[in-house]
Amino acid sequence: MSIGKKRAITAWCFISVPIIYFILVRFYPTLDAFSISLTDWNIVGKKTYIGFDNFIRLWHDPVFWQVLGNTFEYLLLGVPISLILSFIIAHSLDQVRFGHGFLRACYFIPFLTTAVAMAWVWRWFYQPVPVGMINLVLGQLGIKQLDFLRSTTEALPAVLAPAIWAGLGFQIVIFMAGLRAIPQSYYEAAKIDGAGAFRILREITLPQLRPTIVFLTVISSIGFLRIFDQVYNMTQEGEGGPLNATRPLVLHIYKAAFERFEMGMAAAQTVVLFVILLFITIFQLKVLKND
Amino acid sequence: MTKIKAPVSPFRIIVWSLLFIGAVIMMTPIIFMFSASFKYNDEIYELALISSEPTLSNYIYLFENTEFLKWFKNSIFVALASTVSVLFFDSLVGYTLAKFRFRGRKLVFIAILSTLMIPTEMLVIPWYILARDFGLLDSYIGLIFPGIMTGFGVFLMKQFFESVPDDYLDAARIDGLSEFRIFTQIAMPLVTPALSALAIFTFLGNWTAFLWPLIVTSSAELFTIPVGLSSFSGEFQSEWEMIMTGAAVATLPTLLVFLFLQRYIIRGVILGGLKG
Repeated sequence: MSIGKKRAITAWCFISVPIIYFILVRFYPTLDAFSISLTDWNIVGKKTYIGFDNFIRLWHDPVFWQVLGNTFEYLLLGVPISLILSFIIAHSLDQVRFGHGFLRACYFIPFLTTAVAMAWVWRWFYQPVPVGMINLVLGQLGIKQLDFLRSTTEALPAVLAPAIWAGLGFQIVIFMAGLRAIPQSYYEAAKIDGAGAFRILREITLPQLRPTIVFLTVISSIGFLRIFDQVYNMTQEGEGGPLNATRPLVLHIYKAAFERFEMGMAAAQTVVLFVILLFITIFQLKVLKND
Repeated sequence: MTKIKAPVSPFRIIVWSLLFIGAVIMMTPIIFMFSASFKYNDEIYELALISSEPTLSNYIYLFENTEFLKWFKNSIFVALASTVSVLFFDSLVGYTLAKFRFRGRKLVFIAILSTLMIPTEMLVIPWYILARDFGLLDSYIGLIFPGIMTGFGVFLMKQFFESVPDDYLDAARIDGLSEFRIFTQIAMPLVTPALSALAIFTFLGNWTAFLWPLIVTSSAELFTIPVGLSSFSGEFQSEWEMIMTGAAVATLPTLLVFLFLQRYIIRGVILGGLKG
């Protein structure tokens, strides 16, 4: 047997178990999700094939549109806020020497926390007086109390805040790595040319950070679109209330699948989520290809 | 360019102060969580960080009268088992794809890479049915099986193994080492930075995982910390000092690991984040 053939056999031996695993636990379930989405199935009874009925029902379901709206609200608020904050912090932190390690650690540590645990901490903070810290402080400053989780308009940003907070550390660290990678000579040349701080930012720093910005936009978009832990733990009975005001897609899927056992309907919603995420990935590939 | 040593400008002081205030705000939830865990119920409404009589009674209650200790052990077990498995299998696949030439190599790589586009949320329903059919609901294997290997890890490890020179491996072959031992004893030690990055991501991901453990477990003795904490907090609604103690227990391990391995973790996160 030739060496090449022998090594090919070794290779297949090495990856045989992983290939079976990926087929069984990734590919088959993916196809299964698509196939279940075309059925009406309560998990114990018989699967009835109903074509695209689930998708048509979703299209006509106002609650589903509200849920989709909420999901995109998380995204549209979360991504710009977290990106702008993390860029400003990373950019400033990059220029600071004194206490650099300590400051960076403070910003990074929330990234290592458990979302469920922190959801309860924030939920506690948001309580009305005398329990909640924030309202306690607002009260002492003589500012009007906020309803936070009890209000249909304030609840969504209140639930979003811990998600932004926890992700910030990751984005800052990635931004700082991106900033470090910009050649120092660019800045020196710009200074010799007499460029101001703002022009340097606009014409050197931001363009150079483009891949980093695209990467973080995609990663955080996907993260906010999949928000679940915070909503489940911060809202009354994990319902995504009040009045569905905070309910995101993943929670809606969870409720349909594992509380009402409407598997077909739930699977159809996961397909919707998949398509949205697919568009974002395609967007990323397109943008990076242009570079 | 030589820098002229100037006195610290007021602008820099302002930037530093703002950064410092931001850092304090970032740490506030964590600090208050720990602070509340050492308080009695009637002190929890006070803003004072350190109680006039700090107590460990919440922790004692939690470990003696609830199933937190069990949940803690479950979480450790699930996170460690998944991490060991991911480190082994993902690097084995990454190594094979990087260092062996065989027909179908590209196809296998693209297939595994494409799994990165499938969100977990789409898979939980089929996984649940799979687990039910194999009798794995409410079991440790049920908790662990979706995360035994990851596409992300395979991708990461393949990139790093590609930079390992073939000469090293060939030298080992001439010495008569078996292919498997070349992998474990020669190749693996050369990519330890990638391995530690993967370990950090996998452990953290499993330690904090909520959705799948919530779905697959139904009896309290199999809960992981996040699921246990969630159900526990739902019951203990207004006893915030108990909830904060539970949250502190869930947070402490990753925090301690960070304090000891800060450099490696930040480096690992950058590595995993950028190459992954």
